[in-house]
Amino acid sequence: MIKVVLLDDRKTVAKSNILSGFDQNASVESALNTAMQQIGIIKSEITNIAATGVARKVIYLQPPINANIETAEVLADIKGAIDIHPSARVVIDVGAEEGKAVRCDEKGKVIDFVSNERCAAGAGVFIEAMSRALEIDVQDFGALALQSQKTIPMNSQCTVFAESEVISLLHSNITKEDIARSVNDAIAGRVASMTRRIGLENDLVLVGGMAKNVGYVDAMKRTLQTDVIVLPEPEFIGAYGAALTAAEYQQK
Amino acid sequence: MEIAAKYPTERLKCWGKAKEIRKKYYEDYMNAHDSGGLRMVGGAWSFSAIPSGLGDDIFSLTGEPYGANISFNKDFSIKCLEAAEKHGYARTLCAYMRNYWGSILLDKYCLTDGTIVDGFPKPDFIWQDHICCSHAKWYQVVSELEGGIPQFCIDVSVGPYNELNENRLNYVVSQMNDGIEWLQKVTGRDYDDDKLIEAVNNECRSTSLWAEICVLNKAVPAPLDEKTIYALYVLGTILKHSKVVADFYEEVRDEVKDRVNRGIAAVPNESIRVMTDTQPPWGFLKIFRYLEKFGGISVGSLYTFALIGAWEDKEDGTWGPRTTPQQQGIEIKTREQALRILADWNLSKPEWQHFYSHEYKSEMMLRIAREWKLDGVLLHYNRGCEGLTLGIAENRLAIQKAGIPVLAFEGNMGDEREFDEIRTTRQIDTFMENLRKR
Repeated sequence: MIKVVLLDDRKTVAKSNILSGFDQNASVESALNTAMQQIGIIKSEITNIAATGVARKVIYLQPPINANIETAEVLADIKGAIDIHPSARVVIDVGAEEGKAVRCDEKGKVIDFVSNERCAAGAGVFIEAMSRALEIDVQDFGALALQSQKTIPMNSQCTVFAESEVISLLHSNITKEDIARSVNDAIAGRVASMTRRIGLENDLVLVGGMAKNVGYVDAMKRTLQTDVIVLPEPEFIGAYGAALTAAEYQQK
Repeated sequence: MEIAAKYPTERLKCWGKAKEIRKKYYEDYMNAHDSGGLRMVGGAWSFSAIPSGLGDDIFSLTGEPYGANISFNKDFSIKCLEAAEKHGYARTLCAYMRNYWGSILLDKYCLTDGTIVDGFPKPDFIWQDHICCSHAKWYQVVSELEGGIPQFCIDVSVGPYNELNENRLNYVVSQMNDGIEWLQKVTGRDYDDDKLIEAVNNECRSTSLWAEICVLNKAVPAPLDEKTIYALYVLGTILKHSKVVADFYEEVRDEVKDRVNRGIAAVPNESIRVMTDTQPPWGFLKIFRYLEKFGGISVGSLYTFALIGAWEDKEDGTWGPRTTPQQQGIEIKTREQALRILADWNLSKPEWQHFYSHEYKSEMMLRIAREWKLDGVLLHYNRGCEGLTLGIAENRLAIQKAGIPVLAFEGNMGDEREFDEIRTTRQIDTFMENLRKR
């Protein structure tokens, strides 16, 4: 997913969120156009563009977007999270394809970070695959999980094998809500394990698209045995942080 | 965002000579029999000064540098690795070892310029030590693959140097004495103690000089970067007992000293100093050049400093080159004296200590971080080497606890299939951007 956040005087005035196509440049351009149209501006009216995310080098100093600033995702995450929630000390960002966690001090300086870009079983794509297996809408996955009160441990470490395991569970008359809870627990387990490498410190903040999954949020609380804070519109926090970087660049 | 240059820089004048010494080493081993010489194989940790007593025509092929040489040539390396796997050896084994075995199985020999010649030069004897579990088995397999090559192995697991006592030293020295008797029997040659003494003196000199060169890298800007250091330190792994390398390291020391005096930088935009740990992913040394994009320089590592370097605590409390017997006015006169000095000298090397406790290693790494004025540390979680990655996760925690940022990246020194270049460069992007912001 490509997210765009437009700021004016550090306030969000427009945003967009579209699925990236094969032509990343075209997709970014489309997302930017969507956001600009919301407030009726054109690209020449944008002072600075900061790029972040896995494909930021595609648009950094490259036409047609020509982003003039690039910043790493974890740094954008921290910046965005701290701006909204200044007492954030650990930010956990789980998106469709990867998960990352970053810890900072009280000044927002990064102490350590960790990421998983390889294992789908620790990212949103796992939910997408399991939604297909359970034949439910991915948007309903979280709420369905909250209807369960039972933990059925999932043995498969890999998304590919987990799909077979889910089918087996269904054939064993395990309910969809119990399976949904197990899947969320499995992801939370992996994300929590990754996060423990950098140390847990409150406040723990969840960002990224997965944070909209209420079942995953519940699983994270239970796994980490601590409260977690979900920031509003969590999928935009990284883009928001990058936009703040762009705003501050103007002020130098 | 590119960082502008702020220091003058020059190419190293001794670079060409380093390449020549290394090239000649591999060619000499290959051509040893042409002049009636003997071929010896074994690890870089083995007491290579000892077989020097058999004559000036003992030519060696040191296992790890050869494994690294293959790894650098990725096309040949993958063939060697697959040959080893096809023969039944697991992918989780030491990567140098698998590359080496593969070279034998394919019956091909890799020269330093990447030329692959037919016929792996068969060794005449194996001279090895048990520095780690892989080393203990490595040459047993070599012997089998080559139809039975005589092998002598010295067990060096006598504990850390700070616990060395007479009994433990005697344990190693007695094996060395046995080894000399064995060498004479296997080669049919008489042993020359004068040549042993000369080799021991050369080894003390070259390894002390190497530490002296590393100390010079405390300077800001650093006169050497780690990618360059690899090309220089390797000579100490293959020929530390030779006059050629001892003399060459004197030249290097003098040139590096001159660079420090004139403020010549290895990386002209140096602004972030880091160190690494364990062997690098040899097929991807370009990541060191990638650091330079951020003004980053790796000034060395415990691995490059202390695998061959001989160190001691100096009067001012800093780490410096170990004072050689010659510098102390000690004249080595007998075989026994030479062997005791050789054993003690090697057992004192910092890189030998970490096998016993991750705490020793953390202590040494933190010392380097302080004295070499580092901003961060890059740790290579190197799946290819059980020995040097021993305790590395604990080292990471210790370094972080000391307030020094650490990036751990996964890889393999000798198996390119286990190094994700794109992922690693992304991690470096984040790490270096963070260091710049601090």
